[in-house]
Amino acid sequence: MNILRISNGRVIDPAQNLDQVTDLWIRGEHILGVGPQSVQTTQTLDASGKIVCPGLIDMHVHLREPGREEDETIATGAAAALAGGITTVACMPDAEPALDNQAAAEFVYLQAERAGLANVFPVGAITKGRNGAELAEIGGLVEGGAVAFTDADRPVVSAEIMRRALEYCRMFDKPVLCHAEDPELTKGGTMHEGVESMRLGLRGLPAAAEEVVIHRDLELAQLTGGRLHIQHVSTAGGVELIRRAKKRGLRVSAEACPHHFFLTDKCLRSFDSNYKMNPPLRTEADVAALIEALKDGTLDVIASDHSPLATEKKVRELDLAPFGIVGLETLLPICVVALIEPGHLTWPQFVQKLTVNPARILGIDAGTLRPGVEADVAIIDPKVEWTIEPAQFRSKSRNSPFGGLRVRGRARAALVGGEVKFQV
Amino acid sequence: MVSEAAPAATASVPWTRRHLLGLEDLSCDELCTILDTAEQFVVPSQSRRKKRGNLAGKVVVNLFFEPSTRTRTSFGLAARRLSADTLDFTPSSSSLSKGETFIDTAKNIEAMGVDLVVVRHSSSGAPHLLAQHLRCGVINAGDGAHEHPTQGLLDIFTIRQKRGRIEGLTVGLVGDIAHSRVARSNIHGLVKLGAKVIVCGPPTLVPETIRELGVEVSHNLEAILPRCDVINMLRIQFERQRSGLFPSIQEYARLFGLDSTRLAKARKDLLLLAPGPINRGVEITPDVADGPHSAILQQVTNGLAVRMAVLYLLCGQPGEE
Repeated sequence: MNILRISNGRVIDPAQNLDQVTDLWIRGEHILGVGPQSVQTTQTLDASGKIVCPGLIDMHVHLREPGREEDETIATGAAAALAGGITTVACMPDAEPALDNQAAAEFVYLQAERAGLANVFPVGAITKGRNGAELAEIGGLVEGGAVAFTDADRPVVSAEIMRRALEYCRMFDKPVLCHAEDPELTKGGTMHEGVESMRLGLRGLPAAAEEVVIHRDLELAQLTGGRLHIQHVSTAGGVELIRRAKKRGLRVSAEACPHHFFLTDKCLRSFDSNYKMNPPLRTEADVAALIEALKDGTLDVIASDHSPLATEKKVRELDLAPFGIVGLETLLPICVVALIEPGHLTWPQFVQKLTVNPARILGIDAGTLRPGVEADVAIIDPKVEWTIEPAQFRSKSRNSPFGGLRVRGRARAALVGGEVKFQV
Repeated sequence: MVSEAAPAATASVPWTRRHLLGLEDLSCDELCTILDTAEQFVVPSQSRRKKRGNLAGKVVVNLFFEPSTRTRTSFGLAARRLSADTLDFTPSSSSLSKGETFIDTAKNIEAMGVDLVVVRHSSSGAPHLLAQHLRCGVINAGDGAHEHPTQGLLDIFTIRQKRGRIEGLTVGLVGDIAHSRVARSNIHGLVKLGAKVIVCGPPTLVPETIRELGVEVSHNLEAILPRCDVINMLRIQFERQRSGLFPSIQEYARLFGLDSTRLAKARKDLLLLAPGPINRGVEITPDVADGPHSAILQQVTNGLAVRMAVLYLLCGQPGEE
């Protein structure tokens, strides 16, 4: 059996409270352990000066297959993930048709297996066709391997449906992922409602549109005892609601996206549609609140909300362009620049939000280097400086506002099940 | 007597921009350059009207993706008065209906050898997008609720013409500020040139955040009228009522319309502007619109001079004929 030794790296595994320069050993498909081992090495990867951590888990990506393969496929999305040091993704159910039945969930596994790259876990729709009217066959979706439930970018408008989803999912101990948006308040909106939207004459998506739904769903979590995960929190008010809910002991977790804690609505002055996503870029005060919440643990998870869009759809008039930003290949360096270099998070704290925390929320056996688990590993060069070039992305889409940006930190290798699937 | 010499000889600063996208981008000096240049293009009488050769051999295209009468004809006439070749593009007669994108349409027209594109579009930032994708100059003739720089300039030009200055004047902008590109261009230009600007309308049409642009906010027209040297009455779009931003046209007219009773509370020398087209009897009653305070038609005349100045500065040759 193949024995791989990843030598002399800074091995970080928050699940085991591990952070030391040592060797990581892999036997076949599984982690053997760290430190000196009395086995014969068949292969060595030198990781001197590098960080060796569990392969990152991005629990919020849109892979567009089936139905919108011009934007992304499960294979190209998985390749993009690996290039970002991400070995596991959870893909949202907003394919066409919606991922709302067992066969659709199994199709995601099938395509991921054919691609043979990153692990891809399907997230099932809450309602049939993501129409917000009737619950989807959640039991069948769980049978097909769905790890969580959401109607993706379509908010669950009915409080009654959301309540029943939280209740029903308790039976399977699966979380409900909340896209918090009141669609009446955001109708026709392009960007955050505030000074900048007024200046540019664009209709706004007010922070309140996100916060009223976060508030509603937190109350429903209290009512039902269900597991609630708030996606892409973007406002200071939202953060505060979640902080208080956690103090009350609710079963709630929450995530932030790199663009929301790195950019502000001032970027829209360029009228560049690559800055248009939902929730929108907010203000400096919101950025500060998100960073504070990442530090104090109110925000458990960092996720990309990778939303690929073909150039012909995305590059157009700002108010007519669709929402979305790709993020799998830029998540790591943006976090280095926005969180680690300024000292907001340490490397172990950062790794925690992309490994053990999302694994716990999704209930998957990943995100750790514990002996015996599947050897999903990222080797990261924390210092290397490079320029983000969307034309070089492995993703099919180029809708990133980070083109030309000088950043630090890059994945050098990614292993899935003990196999080196990506290396530069 | 009007000089026939090159207008640039009297311009305040050398002009360097290829595009006119908004008044927010312009410096005070640049604003004055346009206004001073426009002075040279004011036709003193019918008999003096003749063509100038400053844009001879140049091609100016009107790319109007939104309906417009006066702005489109004003730009077309301004360009022809400077001897440019002009072309009018309207979406109904174009490939847009066949699914061609806005940018592709503009690129195709540019490929015919165009020097300046005058663009109107319902999307904020559409002219900025064109400026990035085209090599020729771009003039914003109104983008969404963002800016309408030549309308702002002609309003300011008219005020300066009638009052001799901008600095120190108090200008009231009344109406649907939230959705008005005219309001934004007026605010940017007037505030830069030292005027005090008060925006007035119901809170649903006047965002509080607009204070950030350096203006005062009021919801009471009668209260601000005695303080104003100039009132600019913006047009109300009836569809705003349908989307619930105010209860009825009647109530709007009662609270924010300008009639002779209300006008009696204003200064005797109040200057009344309206970017038009006006809804007679809603924003302004007919007697006021046609009364002695009104400079509404003067604005249209000045619009031509301002647009000639902008065309000239962006791509004209100095000298006559």
